Amino acid sequence: MQLDLPLQLPSENRRHTSVGPDRHEWGGRRAPPPLQEMRPLGQRPAAPLPSPSDWSFELIEQYHEVIRATAERYGLDTYPNQLEIITSEQMMDAYASVGMPVHYRHWSYGKEFIQTQQHYKRGQMGLAYEIVINSSPCIAYLMEENTLAMQALVIAHAAYGHNSFFKGNYLFRMWTDASSIVDYLVYARDYIAKCERAHGLDAVEALLDSCHALMNHGVDRYRRPAKLSLEKERARQEEREAYLQRQLNELWRTLPRKAEDEIEAEKRRFPAEPQENLLYFIEKHAPLLEPWQREIVRIVRKIAQYFYPQRQTQVMNEGWATFWHHRLLNQMYDDGYLADGLMMEWLASHTNVIAQRPMQALNPYALGFAMYTDIKRICEAPTEEDRRWFPGLAGTAWLPALQHAMRNFKDESFIGQYLSPKVMRDFRLFSIVDDASEDEYEISAIHDEEGYRHVRNALSANYDLGSREPNIQVWNVNLRGDRSLLLRHTQHQDRPLGDSAQEVLRHVARLWGFGVHLESVNGAEQVTQRWSVAAPPA
Amino acid sequence: MLQSIIDRRLSGKNKSIGNRERFLRRVKEQVKEAVRRAVDGRSIKDIERGEEVRIPKKDLSEPVFHHGEGGVREVVRPGNKEFVKGDRSPKPKPQGGGGGGGQASDQGEGEDDFVFQLSREEFMDIFFEDLALPHLVRTELAEQPEWKTQRAGFVSDGSPTNLHVVRSLRGALSRRIALGLSKRRDLGELEAELENAAEPRRSAILAEIAEIKRRLAAIPYLDPIDLRFRNRIRVPVPSTNAVMFCLMDVSGSMDEARKDLAKRFFILLYLFLSKHYEKVELVFIRHHTQAAEVDEQNFFHATETGGTVVSSALVLMNEIQQARYPASSWNIYGAQASDGDNWHHDSSRCRELLETRLLPVCRYFAYVQVAEPEQNLWEEYRQIADTYAHFAMKKATAVNEIYPVFRELFKKEGRLAA
Repeated sequence: MQLDLPLQLPSENRRHTSVGPDRHEWGGRRAPPPLQEMRPLGQRPAAPLPSPSDWSFELIEQYHEVIRATAERYGLDTYPNQLEIITSEQMMDAYASVGMPVHYRHWSYGKEFIQTQQHYKRGQMGLAYEIVINSSPCIAYLMEENTLAMQALVIAHAAYGHNSFFKGNYLFRMWTDASSIVDYLVYARDYIAKCERAHGLDAVEALLDSCHALMNHGVDRYRRPAKLSLEKERARQEEREAYLQRQLNELWRTLPRKAEDEIEAEKRRFPAEPQENLLYFIEKHAPLLEPWQREIVRIVRKIAQYFYPQRQTQVMNEGWATFWHHRLLNQMYDDGYLADGLMMEWLASHTNVIAQRPMQALNPYALGFAMYTDIKRICEAPTEEDRRWFPGLAGTAWLPALQHAMRNFKDESFIGQYLSPKVMRDFRLFSIVDDASEDEYEISAIHDEEGYRHVRNALSANYDLGSREPNIQVWNVNLRGDRSLLLRHTQHQDRPLGDSAQEVLRHVARLWGFGVHLESVNGAEQVTQRWSVAAPPA
Repeated sequence: MLQSIIDRRLSGKNKSIGNRERFLRRVKEQVKEAVRRAVDGRSIKDIERGEEVRIPKKDLSEPVFHHGEGGVREVVRPGNKEFVKGDRSPKPKPQGGGGGGGQASDQGEGEDDFVFQLSREEFMDIFFEDLALPHLVRTELAEQPEWKTQRAGFVSDGSPTNLHVVRSLRGALSRRIALGLSKRRDLGELEAELENAAEPRRSAILAEIAEIKRRLAAIPYLDPIDLRFRNRIRVPVPSTNAVMFCLMDVSGSMDEARKDLAKRFFILLYLFLSKHYEKVELVFIRHHTQAAEVDEQNFFHATETGGTVVSSALVLMNEIQQARYPASSWNIYGAQASDGDNWHHDSSRCRELLETRLLPVCRYFAYVQVAEPEQNLWEEYRQIADTYAHFAMKKATAVNEIYPVFRELFKKEGRLAA
């Protein structure tokens, strides 16, 4: 029986004073303690596994079994695996519905599907040979066109690499519930289909368009949402509708009176503190939404929340999976399971995946793989420089060190903690300052002794969601006047909002039901720009 | 740990159909416009194809909040070979003004267009929607006929299962003979000479003979150009023939819009016929005061004009039918489009022609008048329509009024021919 006690999970803001694992990491219920080193092989096989280029179900099972055993020797903890063979057309379908096996229908997914299909047909893009779902059981899709070597690669990469990441990383543990996501998507799809039948395709499409526009700003960043479950959602839905309606009546009860003092209005600000989750605010407080509309806003919000960790861990996730497919397949070769021909084939694909062009944006596969490999190197064979930079890591066991890194960091903090001078030299990283008021770029640091820390901080900041996405929060609602909503954009390093702001604001107004204003505030607390949208017609 | 592999290849194909439908719904206007243009541009026989649709990006935008240009950004890039700290590098000039001047046209795939392909089914669906066809008829017209394969000679390229061995070897033999002809002749001469040759000459001859024999042996036994494959072609199953006479009035009173209406009228009949007959031939007759048989391009786009004598067209139709399409082996269909304005003495002659010469041999004759006012031609035809079941007439000023002309035909003939 499982007790639902609150756990001491590492919080977002904890400062990591050391990079090695400490004894609080491994709660008895959550995860088994990490292996200090890999377990040895029981018995070498008599001959390598057969390796024709066409796969068959029996062969896949054989390879899967060996990969599973090898992963277990390394102590990789995963959800149960479910492999599915699909055609390339179904793979494009999966792309279009954001990879999920079930999803509600929307025209933008139709457009995505068409684009993907065209690119694929013209040979401009190879389909990802893998898609994997963060759920329990963990579903990994294998394309039927893959050769046997590629299927083995996909299994190691997706079914063991990504799977263990989804199960271990703290962001995923905090924000997603793998066992209930598919159920929730089924509920969402059915509910939206029901609304389309009841209220018409146009009304639902308009609402979904507006919600999608705000999806990035519809996530909680600091609170854990309640567990989702299909039956509970359905049962509590009516209860929620009635309750919300009561709340709204309370809030909007006051009739608008004559204009009051500025100061009076200023004092009684609602919301008392700025709210960052715009969709949540709209769901709870927009006065003119029907109950079914509120429910759809909630659905979009929940799905955005589910995908929230994935945006912040791309480098770590891909790097982890790439590292482990490399490690597992190499180990299997050393143990005598894999033939040479098979090795050549997947190694060629691996090399393509981690390719990095100079001067282009960093390839997350390349960076992640390089960093994990480097951590292993620092643990096993540290140089003088490594001992200076990573005293807690150099010379320790690499397996638990890697697990610690995977579990407790996100891209920003991972890079901030673990990016070593050696990796910076290998990639020849350098940082460029682009100031709009100047007409030249300035190189602020390169991969030399005085520049390492600066480059590391700059790269880490590049992955900070706060700097990638604009900071827009609900500032005020004019309760007694025209009921308009005031949003405030706090500029990050004086970067203004893009031109789409007016368009998005119209979507906000459609949801809110009254006028909406947006002010953009720079570092000196001055309002530099203002957008307004009038209340939409009833 | 539960390991399981599930084969999903046979299930859930086209899961994205729902999304694609919603997408098409959203861009309906542009799609309709593209279909309309396509119908105008295509020939009647060519109507059943997919089509490319172009949609300006702004209609499909999905806006989100994002950072704009400006402020201060610091990015990290790999691959530095030349810079040190403090270096400055000029920014690229903005692409304003006439930067992209060479591409300023509204054709071509600019950044701003989203282009996708309508499938054949979707194209026909939208086309039929305009015509307001009832659904049953739509499926009948849209469905593919049955095909059977038939041998049709030999071809140089094909699948290995169709390889005809004897013919290929025959070809190979001919090729070997042809290629070796002159060499064999030389060989014969040299061997004859060898009989009588003395020593130095003898070894030279032997060497030459060896060379020639080597080269003869190098002629390949079999070469890809020798191969012959059985050719199989697909033919639609219904095995009768139909000819469709398209008559159109091109006098001064027929403008572009009316001609467009007439074109759709002809297309509809053609589609119907092509579903039920193996071969459908089209005969285009245009008339003003005189009638002429023309090809499709001229039929819709030539610019002669004049007064109107409808009987000229009917006479020509009769002549052509007598000469080339005996009623015993051809199913004859007639489709006439006119604006109803005829030289007044002529209308009774038209009626007489139809009753005595044409209607007896036609399976169906459809008349559509693309203008409102009912004149003497209409009156005359009205009398025929009352007596003959396989003559139909209709006034149509908009595209969705065309179908009722064919209602009887589709109902009756559909059952008979199917």
